[in-house]
Amino acid sequence: MSNTAEWQTISKKGLWTNNPALVQLLGLCPLLAVSGSVVNALGLGLATMMVLTSSNIAVSLIRKTVSDAVRLPAFVMIIASLTTCIELLMQAYTYELYTILGIFIPLIVTNCAILGRADAFASKNPVLPSAIDGLMMGLGFTLVLLTVGAVREILGSGTLFANMHLLFGEAARDWTLTLFANYPGFLVAILPPGAFIVTGFLIALKNIIDHHQAQRAAARKEKPVKGNKRVRTTGTIA
Amino acid sequence: MALTRITSPHTHRALGTGQVMRTVVMATLPGLAVLTYFFGVGTLHNVLLASAVCMGFEAAVMAVRGRPVLFYLRDCSALVTGVLLGLALPPYCPWWLVVVGSFCAIVLAKQLYGGMGFNPFNPAMVAYVILLISFPLQMSQWAAPSDIGGHTPGVLEALKQIWAGSSIDGYTAATPLDTVKQNSSLMLDSVYLQDPVLAAGSFAGAGWEWVNLAFLAGGAYLLYRRIFTWHAPVSMLAALALMAIIFYDGGSSNSGGSVLFHLFSGATMLGAFFIVTDPVSSAVSNRGRLIYGASIGVLIYVIRIWGNYPDAIAFAVLLMNFAAPFIDYYTVPRTYGHKKSQRATKKADL
Repeated sequence: MSNTAEWQTISKKGLWTNNPALVQLLGLCPLLAVSGSVVNALGLGLATMMVLTSSNIAVSLIRKTVSDAVRLPAFVMIIASLTTCIELLMQAYTYELYTILGIFIPLIVTNCAILGRADAFASKNPVLPSAIDGLMMGLGFTLVLLTVGAVREILGSGTLFANMHLLFGEAARDWTLTLFANYPGFLVAILPPGAFIVTGFLIALKNIIDHHQAQRAAARKEKPVKGNKRVRTTGTIA
Repeated sequence: MALTRITSPHTHRALGTGQVMRTVVMATLPGLAVLTYFFGVGTLHNVLLASAVCMGFEAAVMAVRGRPVLFYLRDCSALVTGVLLGLALPPYCPWWLVVVGSFCAIVLAKQLYGGMGFNPFNPAMVAYVILLISFPLQMSQWAAPSDIGGHTPGVLEALKQIWAGSSIDGYTAATPLDTVKQNSSLMLDSVYLQDPVLAAGSFAGAGWEWVNLAFLAGGAYLLYRRIFTWHAPVSMLAALALMAIIFYDGGSSNSGGSVLFHLFSGATMLGAFFIVTDPVSSAVSNRGRLIYGASIGVLIYVIRIWGNYPDAIAFAVLLMNFAAPFIDYYTVPRTYGHKKSQRATKKADL
């Protein structure tokens, strides 16, 4: 397999077929807890993506020197130190967002998606594919987090992109789109049940799309042999 | 000449789901009539709108799922959900509240779990709780009963409020449960004298005692028709009464209110006969229903007195819906001919 084709498969797996949030259902705790608005979702998504990419690179680099018996503690140490770096960075540059996200930034360490990728992919593959895998898995996670955040923000408070200045500086202060004037606020969407409901609907949507595509692919495959049936046999002759 | 003679055994045909549901709707009519008499057309409008929207959502989901739409509409379970939701919502609440509630009840709480017979929670109560948590302002404005001089809006005025959203602050009043809950300094007797709604009633507040009596009558009719067994409603009312006796303390400012007050306030009778008896989400054996009902009764009192909300039927019912499978597991009835009841799952299987 050529390199580009391999990278494409890795990317497609991370973004769609093996998406950490929608298919593996890993890292649900931050996904459900901090996706109340776009800015929270984006902040945590970016942090997770950075940790995931760099931990995949680091794990891939040491994959031949660390023995199997001690690999998990080693991976966890790597992830923990990278998370600490991100935490310090956020503390320095986006302090307000850091206080809002609170415990969920240190909790990136316990995000199963990261340890999962380290053990399932990075410990068996060279550096470059591992980096792409980490980036794409992180991107897939971030996109789902963003979608859930956007839907919950629209349903819950009737706005979109509120408080984006927490992440992008003062220029982003007036990015807020008020979609409905005098919106009474649908509190359940902001509360944890809303996160479960929205995530459930997203997973259902993904399954519907997959099902649709599978059916279309099957229909395309069957066409050439149409009408080529023999009496007393079930199915078609290849 | 052929003589048709019917010989024994004379078996009765079991009631179909549609018949049961229609009987339940019939039994809510006295309560609905009394609510309309005391609070105006708001509740009637709620019930009609919620029923229509619930049936609409049911039909839409059935069409999407590729099931026969009319067959499922004819079992009237969506109608019952709509009627119960409409009865529970405050009169003159904005129309979108009813629509959001109906969506939550039919689509989220019922159809997503697989439709009729598969929902672990009572759909109307799920919708009520979602609305209560999401829109506390709109959900806590009850109209004042008409016989204490409260102004009951006419049909046009009511429609204007519901559909155009003009304010109803002019004629709301605290419900008796809320009055007693907010009271922290007065003896119970003085509360009864001072609050207009409580003063105009004989034991549980003007309007409310009649509403509850009407639902009690509807429930008694359903019991007579053997739509459900007595176990769950009676044990719920008994447990609530027992809690009220224990914590009555003679009517101090700390008192939770008398037994009659609790039995005939808020949604007690509606809950006891129309919510707790839901055949899908409650426990199934008679012994299980006794436990299920009694636990709801205790929970209602606990949440009413020590919780944040004045009434608690919905929360108590949802909490016990959670526990219903657990109760069923431990109350499997003894099979005829066996000495001991069998566990739902044998230990060896685990």
